[in-house]
Amino acid sequence: MKINQKIFLQFGICIIFFGLIGILINNLTINLIRTGLGFNFSWLFKPASFALAEHPLPYTSSDSYAWALFIGWLNSLKVIVSSLILATLLGTLIGFARTGKNSLLGLISAGYITTIRQTPLLLQLMFWYFVGFLGLKDNMFIQIKNIFNISNQGIEFSGLIFSSEFLALLLGLSIFTSAYIAEVIRGGILSVGRGQWEAFRSLGLSERKGLIRIILPQALPAIIPGLTSQYLNLAKNSTLAIAVGYSDIYAINDTIINQTGRAIECFIILLVSFLLLNLLITNTMEIINRLILKSRKNI
Amino acid sequence: MEPIVVAKNLTKSYTKGLRALDNVSLKVNQGKVLVVMGPSGSGKSTLIRTFNGLETFDKGELNILGIKVDSTHDERKIQKIRRRVGMVFQQFNLFPHLSILENITLAPVHVQKRRQIEAEEYGMYLLSQMGIDSHAKKYPSQLSGGEQQRVAIARALALKPELLLFDEPTSALDPERINEVLDAMRRLAEQGMTMVVVTHEIGFAKDVSDQVLFMDSGKVIETSPPNIFFSNAKHERSRKFLNQLDKH
Repeated sequence: MKINQKIFLQFGICIIFFGLIGILINNLTINLIRTGLGFNFSWLFKPASFALAEHPLPYTSSDSYAWALFIGWLNSLKVIVSSLILATLLGTLIGFARTGKNSLLGLISAGYITTIRQTPLLLQLMFWYFVGFLGLKDNMFIQIKNIFNISNQGIEFSGLIFSSEFLALLLGLSIFTSAYIAEVIRGGILSVGRGQWEAFRSLGLSERKGLIRIILPQALPAIIPGLTSQYLNLAKNSTLAIAVGYSDIYAINDTIINQTGRAIECFIILLVSFLLLNLLITNTMEIINRLILKSRKNI
Repeated sequence: MEPIVVAKNLTKSYTKGLRALDNVSLKVNQGKVLVVMGPSGSGKSTLIRTFNGLETFDKGELNILGIKVDSTHDERKIQKIRRRVGMVFQQFNLFPHLSILENITLAPVHVQKRRQIEAEEYGMYLLSQMGIDSHAKKYPSQLSGGEQQRVAIARALALKPELLLFDEPTSALDPERINEVLDAMRRLAEQGMTMVVVTHEIGFAKDVSDQVLFMDSGKVIETSPPNIFFSNAKHERSRKFLNQLDKH
């Protein structure tokens, strides 16, 4: 009786699930037929005929949509990876300051974390772009012997040029994420017992050395999972690039949808590229986690 | 003879007016062993933790190995003291992610800037003194409590300290493991190490200590040689405490 009920229930859930998917596919097909577009990816190899302000590899408007998307993906990757590194460094420093003995530093970092976490990321990006960079004069603002130049065009550092859009996004994402990472680091540090602090202090080790050699290695297993989810958030938040006009994959997709009307295909491409990117982040962090656990098998 | 520890009127209050330390004064000369006894919450742990700066105090003065510290808790002076004073804790507090030998060589290499090989040689010597040199490559969790505490003693000795502090070193051990730790401490005392030991071990206090300091509610009730303290304590409070201990 009970088993029959369970089978019946599961059967019902399956019908509802597949029914919903069926309705969605049906809608999609009807709409594709109505617009006369059909579902294919052959348009990818037609010329994109739009310009891109930023392209790490050679690109002209006569290149294909596929190449434009790839450039967008590279741009996304560039800003995600560099923000990830900057956010981790910044977050670790602030997390240390928050837990450290110096009460002034603790207060400053607590204020930083509160301010950053309680304002929207979009607002922060706008702030860095419009107030931070576009607010600068168009003639060079700070010049140090032509090695380091800051202007409303961005930063030029010994031949390397970073655009205002890239820098606003980099700063915005890194600072926003660093506040969360700082809290993850703090949580990890607090998970290590007081006795470990007393033990390294009584041996004459400095706070800095003790933190790095004794506390952090023991805090890592508590830090890694939280860090992973912050990295995933950062990657997804990078799509806000469109707000400051940085040509990441989302912004380029948006342009292509406007030009071609290929919304379904573009969203599938976007979905798959973020899925792949985040799987890469998750797996890398999982490998790091496993290496740490392996090195700690004796604990 | 130069005294190793001199405490004058140490006072530490908590916010609610409770006193963890209430005008504590004491002196420990070179090569002497002071045992600190008292009920839990009497301030004995707080007292010895002030000796290497793990606890601060509000009033009074400390002189450890000629280095004077007061309530300002001067970090540089405390750092100097910590390089010359070893400490052993109730919960061992070994570093679980480091091997036994790494636990011991950490401070010599990173605080005293000794060569790794030299620190390891001396570490192995200390481990053999403690009878646990066969465990050098193992990790703390693979050792019994008594073995871990002997590693902790070896770790405290690695900086060649002039004073050793013990904070209830046998309280977290199984009864049959207590003696292996006490024996190691006895040998250190015989070699002339200056020690301050917070403990409930009457046998150890009787055999090894030069003075017994009895505390209650942050105050020093009495300081006597062990033969007097255990047979004919001066204070009613001390006798009451010893009666309680005997019942266990």
